[in-house]
Amino acid sequence: MKHLVILGAGTAGTIVANKVAHQTDADWTITVVDPADTHLYQPGLLFLPFGARDEDRMLRPRAATLHRRVVWRREAFQLVDRDARQVVLASGERLPYDLLVVATGSEIRPSETAGLLGPEWRKSIHDFYTLEGAQALRERLATFDRGRLVLDVVEMPIKCPVAPLEFLFLADEFFTKKGVRDQVELVLATPLDGAFTKPVCNTVLSYLIDQKGIRIEPEFNAGEVDADGHVLKSYDDREIPYDLLVTIPTHFGADAISASGLGNDTGFVPTHPRSLRTKADDHIFALGDATDLKSSKAGSVAHFQADVLADNLERAARGDSLDDGFDGHANCFIETGFGRALLIDFNYDVEPLPGKFPLPGIGPMDLLKESRINHAGKLAFRWIYWNALLPARHLPVSSQMSMRGKVRPQAA
Amino acid sequence: MLHEYRGHQVDTNAEGFLTDANEWSPDVAEAIAEEAGIQLTPEHWKVITFCREDAAREGQPPGLRRISKLSGVDTKALYRLFPKGPGKLASKIAGLPKPQGCI
Repeated sequence: MKHLVILGAGTAGTIVANKVAHQTDADWTITVVDPADTHLYQPGLLFLPFGARDEDRMLRPRAATLHRRVVWRREAFQLVDRDARQVVLASGERLPYDLLVVATGSEIRPSETAGLLGPEWRKSIHDFYTLEGAQALRERLATFDRGRLVLDVVEMPIKCPVAPLEFLFLADEFFTKKGVRDQVELVLATPLDGAFTKPVCNTVLSYLIDQKGIRIEPEFNAGEVDADGHVLKSYDDREIPYDLLVTIPTHFGADAISASGLGNDTGFVPTHPRSLRTKADDHIFALGDATDLKSSKAGSVAHFQADVLADNLERAARGDSLDDGFDGHANCFIETGFGRALLIDFNYDVEPLPGKFPLPGIGPMDLLKESRINHAGKLAFRWIYWNALLPARHLPVSSQMSMRGKVRPQAA
Repeated sequence: MLHEYRGHQVDTNAEGFLTDANEWSPDVAEAIAEEAGIQLTPEHWKVITFCREDAAREGQPPGLRRISKLSGVDTKALYRLFPKGPGKLASKIAGLPKPQGCI
């Protein structure tokens, strides 16, 4: 009998649990530990601030997302006792494991930046990385008709690194349709050196920033917020006054993971980049947003990792060597507003490039180019998420990135 | 592209970041710093050494939080030493890739 325990039943944990349930026989037990009784479709959060009211289609009962062989413990855990190979649940009960998967994700920590939390939180300072935050911002934006909206990325890494730009592109559309675009200033304050940091993206996509009239404040590391005075301040004493601050706060991994000696300084799990085994313990694996890997914290990445990890769990159980099969592959739609979207496909070594996807020369999706069909793809993705991705059904997209259909521009 | 720093030929990208951290040497660091208008002091070296050791261990260059927490040089001081963008500039001088998003 092999006992597999998976900590966290978000996108990553759910796919791994269901995949292993498909792949193994009854000599494996699969247990997921997660206290939340609903599964949240996180890509939907981006659209709520701009008036979408489809929360009912963003939430599903946890039980409905898990394969019947998977046992769900609806409980938090306190600690991983690595010596005993047991997970200590909140109740004190101990759950033994042969193999453990950390899929505890990441969460925002507004408390890390002085001035964010306080009387102005969810009044003039908002987030959209939580359901409550996105809903509160929707109420605020409904009446926001003039002034400066500053979107600040406090520090990297963040979940869905393209979300800040998507938010501003959609804000441009939102205020344009409201007829107040000329009354609203859109500013992106980012710790990176620009809206685009990779050479080809910078060449091919910079027009978007001009076209949408977004002001970029690069290499801006927010040190504190003067919430009463409505001023965002950087460590090098730059100040950005705002009327509405949308913050993407510092991200942390789970506290219980750090308490178990499995996290780095921000609680992310040091993980071997290609096998997904943790560096600390041969019996423990990690995937999704919980890892310290440079692959993007995104659902598509969790999905591709799950393919590799499910096989590696079986290999580890047999005592075989692991497959170094994860290449950092990510595949994400980027909303650009007015019914269009981009598609990016990249990995550890290859930056996003133009071309066609998934069929070379045919598509129908366009890589690194705005199109209506990409936007349709983004919207259709929710159905795919619930009905194919989470249940770990086979999808016609390879875990490993392919160069087929991609074109490297001359200039870059 | 090839770039010559004090007689050392090193491979860099269009922004002047080394493409291979192994081609780095203290001489190269001094020369990159000079181009950015920085005269390296022992305090700079404390940061650069930390960045290189941390990147070798972790497989990616450290971010600002990690540098200020673990190198013993706080964020304000980092901005003084590496004006404007310490994360980016310290990485460049240390022969590491620049901090990136996914696009």
